[in-house]
Amino acid sequence: MYALRLWSTRNARLLERVYDAFESALVASHPVLKAIGYQRLEKPVAAVEKLVKGALFDCQMCGACALSRTGMTCPMNCPKQLRNGPCGGVRDGGFCEVKPDMRCVWAEAYQGSLQMAKGTAIRDPGEPVDRRLQGSSSWLRVVKQRGDAKDSAAQGESAK
Amino acid sequence: MSVFADEPHPGLPLPILPGHVSAGRFERVLRAGHFAVTTELAPPDSADPEEVYARARLFDGAVDAINATDGSGANCHMSSVAVCALLTRIGYSPVLQISCRDRNRIAIQGEILGGAAMGVCNLLCLSGDGVQAGDHPQAKPVFDLDSTTLLATAKRLRDEARFESGRPLTSPPRLFLGGAANPFADPLDWQPWRLAQKIAAGAQFIQTQYCYDVPRLKTFLTRAEDLGLLEKVFILVGVGPLASAKSAEWIRKAVPGVHIPDAIIRRLAGAEKPKAEGRKLCVEIMQEVATLKGVHGVHLMAYKQEDAVVDMVASSGVLKGRTPWSPARSQTLIEGTSP
Repeated sequence: MYALRLWSTRNARLLERVYDAFESALVASHPVLKAIGYQRLEKPVAAVEKLVKGALFDCQMCGACALSRTGMTCPMNCPKQLRNGPCGGVRDGGFCEVKPDMRCVWAEAYQGSLQMAKGTAIRDPGEPVDRRLQGSSSWLRVVKQRGDAKDSAAQGESAK
Repeated sequence: MSVFADEPHPGLPLPILPGHVSAGRFERVLRAGHFAVTTELAPPDSADPEEVYARARLFDGAVDAINATDGSGANCHMSSVAVCALLTRIGYSPVLQISCRDRNRIAIQGEILGGAAMGVCNLLCLSGDGVQAGDHPQAKPVFDLDSTTLLATAKRLRDEARFESGRPLTSPPRLFLGGAANPFADPLDWQPWRLAQKIAAGAQFIQTQYCYDVPRLKTFLTRAEDLGLLEKVFILVGVGPLASAKSAEWIRKAVPGVHIPDAIIRRLAGAEKPKAEGRKLCVEIMQEVATLKGVHGVHLMAYKQEDAVVDMVASSGVLKGRTPWSPARSQTLIEGTSP
């Protein structure tokens, strides 16, 4: 929903805090998640993620979530799906070239990023999207990555 | 010095100088410290190469490189890589424009290699206009990459000699890489950072959107200087003649991203000969931006006024007496008369 999406950008700082806490909690439960099996969790978690992020951000489930570096504004709602900032066609006042009634996703993203603690991440060049991830859970992917990294760091410690 | 002593026969690459990435004349002109002029060739709706050459000849002696647009305004025309390949055959220095609208990363990387194989030395990486703007609004927009990731992809092909997949190339494309900037569009505060991002991704030269608001450009350049960007990139400011107040108002409304202040429109509206006034205004902007720190050239986009490019460049004096290469000029050198 467009209005809720705009609300999320206005409250980017709050959502950043909530998400950081949520991600940390999930990383802490990595051993449990691993025991259940990430594969097995994929479908139900993706369904919940779609519901929550769909409502808050009009999330398109690209599977390569960038909200933390895009001012809590989903770049996949840009009609060109640009991942690194606005195109050259932004209309006066910050409106979209393709959909003139819509605020430019990246003009919004910039406003959101200004509020966020880690907002300057919007300046970093992002990778091209891996289109195979479409529909999959970004939450689980990130948590698994961080959890696995923690595991291998711990293994490295004990090997010393 | 527009013809270099080691110029090979037109169509063959120049030797790559130390510190240069390409075998092209455009990079040489910029790195030699000259003020460069580039222009835009609108690819024809035709399969006839002579139409390309006729359009290129209009610019002879006034420009250092010719951009071949890639389905500009999302309208279908001859492909930019084919236009470039035709131009390199007779020695012109084209800038291959690639937009992300019509091709995925497989097609784009193949096109970059193909262009380089045909003698293209300069690549301008663009997002591209949305399909809704052109003559095929029913088409599927691709946008697999964006302008920044396209730059990074081209840089990887050149510097690491590998595809995005990691698969190695036997010979990398020697390309001078460019991006676009729009210092005149929202979010204004962010535009200098966007420039920094494109430079980090690989941009070595920048061609900007049309400049009709020099104060806005100055603000942008000052911020870019604060970020230490001006030493890292060659900026060519986009300029172009407006035909009348009416056409300026139409552009303002219909062409997203072009910012034209009211004062410009009033000046055209008050002019006795609006077309001549539009060209005069364009020449004045060229002269003014040429004095700004960090500006290394102008990109003169004279849509439907291509025949005025040579005159406008001459009357601006921005080339300071230098005559850029053209096929005729090259002939003079080869025949042994004065360069």
